[in-house]
Amino acid sequence: MAKANCPLPTSNLSEILDKYKQSPGSLLEILREAQAINGYLSREVLQLIAEELGIPESKVYGVATFYSLFKTTPTGQYIIRICESAPCHIRGAQDVLATIEKTLGIKPGETTPDGKFSLEFTSCLGLCGVAPAMMINDQVFGNLTGDRVREIINSF
Amino acid sequence: MAIYRSHVLVCGGTPCLLKGARTIRNLFQQEINRYQMADEIRVVETGCLGPCDEGPVVIIYPEGVMYSRLQPTDIPKIVEHHLYKGRVVEELVYRERKDSKEISSKVPLEGEKYLDRQKRVVLRNCGRINPDLIEEYIANHGYEALGKVLTELRPEQVVEIVTASKLQGRGGAGFPTGLKWSFTAKTQADRKYIVCNADEGEPGTFKDRLIMEGDPHSIIEGMAIAGYAVGAEEGIIYIRGEYHLSIERMARAIRQANEHGLLGKNIFGSGFSFQIEIRSGAGAYICGEETALIESIEGSRGEPRVKPPYPGVAGLWGKPTVVNNVETLANIAPIILNGPEWFRSIGTESSPGTKVFTMLGDINNQGLIEVPMGITLREIVYEVGGGIPGGKGFKMAQTGGTSGGCLPMEFLDMPMDYDTLSKVGSALGSGAMLIIDDTHCIVDVLKSFMKFFCHESCGKCTPCREGNTRLYEILTALSAGTATKAHIQLMKDLARTMQLTALCGLGQSAPNSLITCLRFFADEIEAHLNGKCPTGVCKSLATQFEAV
Repeated sequence: MAKANCPLPTSNLSEILDKYKQSPGSLLEILREAQAINGYLSREVLQLIAEELGIPESKVYGVATFYSLFKTTPTGQYIIRICESAPCHIRGAQDVLATIEKTLGIKPGETTPDGKFSLEFTSCLGLCGVAPAMMINDQVFGNLTGDRVREIINSF
Repeated sequence: MAIYRSHVLVCGGTPCLLKGARTIRNLFQQEINRYQMADEIRVVETGCLGPCDEGPVVIIYPEGVMYSRLQPTDIPKIVEHHLYKGRVVEELVYRERKDSKEISSKVPLEGEKYLDRQKRVVLRNCGRINPDLIEEYIANHGYEALGKVLTELRPEQVVEIVTASKLQGRGGAGFPTGLKWSFTAKTQADRKYIVCNADEGEPGTFKDRLIMEGDPHSIIEGMAIAGYAVGAEEGIIYIRGEYHLSIERMARAIRQANEHGLLGKNIFGSGFSFQIEIRSGAGAYICGEETALIESIEGSRGEPRVKPPYPGVAGLWGKPTVVNNVETLANIAPIILNGPEWFRSIGTESSPGTKVFTMLGDINNQGLIEVPMGITLREIVYEVGGGIPGGKGFKMAQTGGTSGGCLPMEFLDMPMDYDTLSKVGSALGSGAMLIIDDTHCIVDVLKSFMKFFCHESCGKCTPCREGNTRLYEILTALSAGTATKAHIQLMKDLARTMQLTALCGLGQSAPNSLITCLRFFADEIEAHLNGKCPTGVCKSLATQFEAV
């Protein structure tokens, strides 16, 4: 969680804001790119975005907390998103989840003490043809079993 | 242009990529190079071929032989025997699994069907062309329909053709597409928009992902035709943020269409201009609801608007906006080229055309199929789907994804179309078919459905926000053996209230599965009141009580 103390990367952020300021409705794009700088959207970043766009901070905060891909608190370097929807559920997602919890020693919503992995649930990833499935950051994985998921986690 | 004697088409849909399709493709190329056949045989990455469970899948043309479940060690064998010596490697050829009748090793060449039941209109190019090359789309009648409407038809004629085809929206609600277009066409405004809803999130649905990955230009062409028909010059594709490959392929396709003058200013010298922009979501199921999606494009929380006004009259930035699903738009070009009568000749009278279904759960052939509307559940499960694995029995099918209803055995012979399914409290929806065998407990499965809605309810209206949570709590109590008879009635009341009073489709359809299960599986649910779970599933789950 060392990232929490990172200085605010204002230069990158102002580049992002300059790029989108003129196009209405780009708040999601701005938040997406701003999040890529630090891995999450700190209070300071949200304040700055609100100021620059001339909209209330409550609106920016409201949007940032509405969408599950946005984070307002620091997360692990790798976010494991395990699909919990019915198609994965009936194909054994529970067992996969149990293996991840055991391997990493964390529950959904938590981050490993070394700050490497966060674990969370996701809704359907549209990978039902290869259920059970999960994503780690941008990468997708399917046909998971206990052994395979252990192997995948160890490869990170 | 070089002429090749054979083409090796490697499926590049996400399910196959996850099973190592890229390695398989590289190995093919490497082996073909080794035999010095690189100028005779071309290796192509193509869109989804359908049997996702059997990946990685490869088709070799001109023979049309499909190989499945390929391992890296199989490739030298196929290259040596099939491509070099001309003998099909029988033991690696794709076959349907045991419980169903054997099919031939041939796959969809022109005029052939690899499964008798399939008819590919939307997926016409998936698995046949390289989605990253606009030339291959054009060579398969691509952009002919756009050329035809821009040079031969007036906008109102285009709307008439689509109306006459009786095409219904394929995103879930089944609203007539032509009628939707006519509202926007009639409304006067300085700007209008075409929005492609590619925020696919209904659990069990992955058709839009595979259409975008397999044939992105079919969507661009459909959007441009819609733009001409209603008088819009701007299009937006809203793709969910998790679909990285779809975003990448759509972006490339848009760039190519611009370079070829098929998007941009004054297309085909007709004076009509159209441009398309991609916007991506950030993880919210509710954004698949059209007004929530519009809110999200405008940079707000994806909360549904009160309707009316409908987007067709006042949508994005208050301007008339057509919001169409990916599959709907992919139907447009074939309708223009072949005519509305042709389209109506497929499927049923009230629901013409084909439907792309995703078959999943306890079924042998998991994957993507396209069949005429009106096919029965039995045909999907036992013919196309190859039956239920492990000799287990059919318990129920949930049609239309998690917001659809659950149908027991008695409904196996029911035709799958919009009208019939809505009459029994289910829905055709997005086309997801979740098959559940008799080892699963109804209460456990319902819990999984309701947990999804608890998470995805946007919280704007009370019936949905509270209703889903309470239903989940009661189901959890049922599976823990602490529920009472009064809870059953409470569930019925809550479910009915949600159907009648929730603001949008999410809340109105969330209790569909529960309502149908209370009707068709009452005995099994009530057994839980006495602490009994007939399938034995809930015994172990009772200890895993968890809050949402």
